[in-house]
Amino acid sequence: MSAIAGPATANAEKRAVTTRAASRSGARRRRGWQTTRTGISALVIVVWCLAPFYWMLVTSLRDVGYTFDTTPWPTHVTLDNYITALSTNLGNHLGQALLNSLFIGACTTLIALLVGTFAAYALARLDFKLKGIILGVILGASMFPGVALLTPLFQLFTNWGWIGTYQALILPDISFVLPLTVYTLTSFFREMPWDLEEAARIDGCTQAQAFRRIILPLAAPAVFTTAILAFISSWNEYLIASQLTTTATQTVTVAIAGFTGSQPHQEPYTAIMAAGTVVTVPLVILVLIFQRRIVAGLTAGGVKG
Amino acid sequence: MSTETLTTTKGKPPSPRAGQAKNRRSETRWAIYLIAPSIVLLGIIIGYPIISAIVMSFQKDSGLDASTGMFVQGGFAGFSNYAHWLLQQCTAPTGAVTCPPGNLGSQFWNATFITFFFAFVTVILETVFGLWMAIIMNRTFKGRGLVRAAILVPWAIPTAVTAKLWYFIFSVDGIANSLFNTNILWTSGEWSSRWAIIIADTWKTTPFMALLILAGLQLIPEDVYEAAKMDGTTTMQRFWRITMPLVKPALMVAVLFRILDALRIYDLPAILTGGGGGTGNATTTLSILVVDQIRQGPNSASALSTITFLIIFIVAFIFVRFLGANVVRTQESQQKGKI
Repeated sequence: MSAIAGPATANAEKRAVTTRAASRSGARRRRGWQTTRTGISALVIVVWCLAPFYWMLVTSLRDVGYTFDTTPWPTHVTLDNYITALSTNLGNHLGQALLNSLFIGACTTLIALLVGTFAAYALARLDFKLKGIILGVILGASMFPGVALLTPLFQLFTNWGWIGTYQALILPDISFVLPLTVYTLTSFFREMPWDLEEAARIDGCTQAQAFRRIILPLAAPAVFTTAILAFISSWNEYLIASQLTTTATQTVTVAIAGFTGSQPHQEPYTAIMAAGTVVTVPLVILVLIFQRRIVAGLTAGGVKG
Repeated sequence: MSTETLTTTKGKPPSPRAGQAKNRRSETRWAIYLIAPSIVLLGIIIGYPIISAIVMSFQKDSGLDASTGMFVQGGFAGFSNYAHWLLQQCTAPTGAVTCPPGNLGSQFWNATFITFFFAFVTVILETVFGLWMAIIMNRTFKGRGLVRAAILVPWAIPTAVTAKLWYFIFSVDGIANSLFNTNILWTSGEWSSRWAIIIADTWKTTPFMALLILAGLQLIPEDVYEAAKMDGTTTMQRFWRITMPLVKPALMVAVLFRILDALRIYDLPAILTGGGGGTGNATTTLSILVVDQIRQGPNSASALSTITFLIIFIVAFIFVRFLGANVVRTQESQQKGKI
């Protein structure tokens, strides 16, 4: 353009430069406006996501006499609600429920990982027919409606005297935790540096050895993330647990849903919020620590906890 | 395969294809060993109950016959359990009659309507808000990490706790009413209890939706937008002509997951509105109806749970077949970083 610039074009160019400068400052203004808009949107999202959770925390710290106080920060602070939530005087067994959920979640996660890791390895690494179908079946299994299992299981477990046992919850939990495990692990395994396995095999390892010595240590973070997702989905299960447990084996979700106060018609809101906090905060902390990997696992598996 | 080139250059009998086939056969054998435990376990845990549910659904529930007052043993029921739900027919000595009002069977179509209503409204709300959240999170700005952390909080909270939390927020003297200066009976009005569930569900599940959509958005290369900007497109044009078509596969999968999940909704209506809401069945979904029926007659409940399963299966099939939500392929291409 400048190569053929005569006096007339030089003038035009000057004009172009000024308009370009003007439009550049306009663009900057527009970009500034967009940044502000993004900021506001981000703030709305954060408030929307955190406000109810924050309200649970604030209420859990509030004296029961001020249950419906609407001050947005903690007032009449007390830890009484936590004592009420964990005591068994009112017929609640939150402490026992925490242990139950922990045990059921741990067993479910362990079994699902033990079995699912092998399947995920095969689905991610090996080339065989029916791979797509098996993936589809496993994904379909994770989308399976819980009530369709519940009815026959309720009948079977009643006949076997299993209602109120741990296996009566661990087995149904595996039905949705195992597909989740396989699916998430498969996607993680697809992204791993498998050349190392090849190298190990060239160095004389068998496929099994390569798996054990090279792949498992590399896969540990993926397995760990999957374990968190699996544990959370077992921890959060309510439908099956609400029907197949007794007081002795009830899980945290059942305990909270059926939380009773001293008066039959008065909801012990503050104590329930305290119980909710006890059940939720460890999970939230765990999730925030492993945030990045959990997001990767969630979107890879496309599964809901 | 370096060995293949080696053999062919040396002029030995070239059999790379045979080698490959052998390799594939051994991989298939390995795959069978590795996958078998999972499939067998799922077969026992899911397959066996399903078959027994189908068997049960064709048997009569034992119990007192309402009309004769006699105890009836089970026995083959034919399709009467299904007719009970689909056509509101009850068995009587004179044959099939219309069920008396108040019977759970008469709630079937109402529960189906409620279930689809919840699924329809929540999935639309969650898709729109999820897409919006994902677009925001896809931008670079200060504090993006905070937004991404905050969004995980509703997801991590158990639905049972979510229900109790919103039960408190929506109580008559609760923060929702005092914030908006209203006096709505959120957990006992007919429509207000439905909206209470929709709001709580949207809060709980939108983040999950947003994360799935975000994963799709991140695959769209920045230069596509740059090029479109050069051509002088507006923001709206870029959204409808670039973002939407390119994010569609991820969006479809997210919507499919959400629909299947929304159709089996149980926890929120069971806890937030005590299973009923309104006059007693304003928020009764199919899952709640099944649970209500279990202790009254497991065989009839089996028929209902089989119907529920079929409904969800048909919806999934229609969605995959006609709207092109290819779950496996979309996930694989997300892995490979292309759409």
